[in-house]
Parts: sequence; C-alpha cells; structure tokens
Amino acid sequence: MSEEYSVEIVNPEKSFLSKNDVTEVVVPAFEGEIGILKDHISIISFLKPGIIKIFSKSGEESFYVNDGIIEFKDNNLSILTSLILNLKDINKEKISEIQKSAEEELNKSEINDQEKYLLDQKLEVLKSIN
Amino acid sequence: MKMVAAAKLRRAQESAEKGRPYSDKMNNIILNLSNGISDIDNAPKLLSGNGEDKVHLCVVMTSDRGLCGGFNTNIIKKAKLYFQKILDEGKTLKIITVGTKGYDQLKRLYGDNIIERISFKESKNVNYFDAEKVGKIVIEKFDKNEFDVCAIFYNQFKNVITQIPQEQQIIPLKTSEKEENSSEDNYEFEPEEDEILSNLLPKNISTQIFKAMLENSASEQGSRMSAMDNATRNAGEMVDKLTIEYNRSRQAAITKELIEIISGAESL
Repeated sequence: MSEEYSVEIVNPEKSFLSKNDVTEVVVPAFEGEIGILKDHISIISFLKPGIIKIFSKSGEESFYVNDGIIEFKDNNLSILTSLILNLKDINKEKISEIQKSAEEELNKSEINDQEKYLLDQKLEVLKSIN
Repeated sequence: MKMVAAAKLRRAQESAEKGRPYSDKMNNIILNLSNGISDIDNAPKLLSGNGEDKVHLCVVMTSDRGLCGGFNTNIIKKAKLYFQKILDEGKTLKIITVGTKGYDQLKRLYGDNIIERISFKESKNVNYFDAEKVGKIVIEKFDKNEFDVCAIFYNQFKNVITQIPQEQQIIPLKTSEKEENSSEDNYEFEPEEDEILSNLLPKNISTQIFKAMLENSASEQGSRMSAMDNATRNAGEMVDKLTIEYNRSRQAAITKELIEIISGAESL
C-alpha cells in the first residue's frame, strides 16, 4: 500500500500549493508540533506561527506560516492560512520586515496573554530562520 | 475606459475565483465544528448571537470610484430596503460604509446612523489585510455589545452583465445550509472545540468580508465595462449624427453663397 496522501494549502488570495504525493507533513499546531502520516484520524486544529515541513517523494519543502487552520479528513489535508512563504523564496529583508511589525505589535499596551504568546513565538521562529 | 475596465475585470475575476476555495473550506470547517458542538447554549456568541435582536449593524460595501453604471445604486437600493425594514420594526440601525461612493449616497438619508466609514482608495488590489481591518472593527464592536446582528451588503459577480446585490448575515452566523453528509464525521480537536471555534469565527468574519470585497471588485469592473461600452456606443451614434448635421449646414452655406454669386452675375 502506498504511503502517500494529498495536501492542499490555500490562502485568501489563491490556492497556494496542492500535492498528491506527500508522505508526511509536520505542522506547528497550537499545542505543539504535529506530524501527520497517512490514515491519521480526522483532526481539526489551528496553527501558531512556525514552519510547515512537507515531505514528499520529490523532496522536502519548508514554509513559514503566520497562523492557520488545518483539517485532515479521508487522507486529505487542508491548510488554511493568511500568510505563507516558501522558505526558498524568502529573503532577509522580508523576514526583518515581518519581525519589525511583530515587535511593534508586541510593544502595544493593550494586548492579551494569548496574543503576546503568539507574537513571541513568531519572533522566535523568525530569528531561527534568519 | 472600456478597455481598461476589461483588463482589470479579468484580473479581478481571476482573484475572485482563486479566493473561493479559501472561504469555501473555511465554511466547511465551521459547519463541521458547529455540528460537533454538543452544548448549544455555551456556543460562542459570534455563532449563536447574544440572544437579542435590537441593534442591527449593516456593512455596506461599495466602490471608491464612480462611472460604473448601476453598481453602487443597486447595492444602496438593496441596503435601503433592509434599513427601512429595520427601522419600521423599531430597531436601532448602525451603518458602516466601505468605499466612498456608498457614504456619498447614504449620508443624506442615514447620515446619523453611519458610525464608521472605511475606504481603501490607496490599496490598488483587494487584499486580505484590508478585509481583516474591517473584520476587526466589526468584532470589536460586537464584543462591546454595540450591536446584536450584523449583515453585509455587496454585489455578487455572476457575469459581466449581471451582478446580484446580496445581503448576507454574518453575526450570528447562519448555519441553515447544513450539509447532511458532513455531520457524520468524528473529528479529533486540538485544542477543544469551543476554543477552536472562538478562534476561527473572527477569522471567518474577515474571510466573508474578504470574499465580499473580491466579488465586489469583480462586479465593479464588470459593471464599469458594460457601462463604458454603452457610453462608447452612444457617443459613436452621437458623433455620426453630428457629422451629418455639420456636413449639411456646410453644404447649405456653400449653396447659399453660390446662389448669391450666380444671381448677382445674372442681374448684370
């Protein structure tokens, strides 16, 4: 039996990526990373800022996401996200741009703990890829 | 201008079509989630409403530019019908206008009801972050209990000639169109359903607004294209008519002069 399933990543503007030959996807879920293999139980979860890793026959790809929701059902993984960047295309300027806006956000007084947590996460991830 | 609109239309239409999977998927997930919720009474307020129906917030989405035929007027007409219904029932009406043209048309009759006006004149293309801004404003106001029910008005793009003004209620979310087959699945949720829902619903509002903005921009260009097409044709007809009139009067002047010369020569 094959070990592959399909993944689709959509952002509001367009369908970002669609693949039929992935073997594993690692997503930064809110309560920790989840690795999803074929025949995983149906799951809905949301993401914190982090790196999505997609392993497929054709190789490994990594993407930075800001936030998102994943739904896995019948060996179809859908990832909805408002901002996604392929780590291959990303450049330092773009990263520091996001980093700067996150820092500004963090300095605002009226933010709650959850927002603060998410922003901290974001900065950490950005630093790690920078 | 027709050519410009036609070129823009293609782009707007493309992005409207590309944007659909996102909002469809979002809708699906929310449907699945809301079916999974066992305790309806404790459901997030964005989903079930706060139990009251007194203050209505209407988000009227129009274009920033004119010369697009009946595009804005159609939305406004639809919205005004709704406003009248709300006011007749003795409820309070609050309006947010998105796009300058809507504000221009509504300020005379409903100036006092307009609580906010937003315009994205600077943004060249419709983007999600603009929609998120509108969504945040709406959610903020809902959290402060400033309204009970929220509806958005926009034009749905069907084809170049037809745009259908739409009224869509986003708070509380209408889940009447439940799909039968989707309720069977048992999902694992991480974290809990309620938590996911309360995070997802604000996003859904932004997404719905974004969808409306995309549909609107495609409709605007379509409407402008047909309006400008008509204008070009009408102007062409007018040019033909005026050319004939010009030629005739020139000929008349020439004939008159000739007659004068000839009759002058004859009298000698």
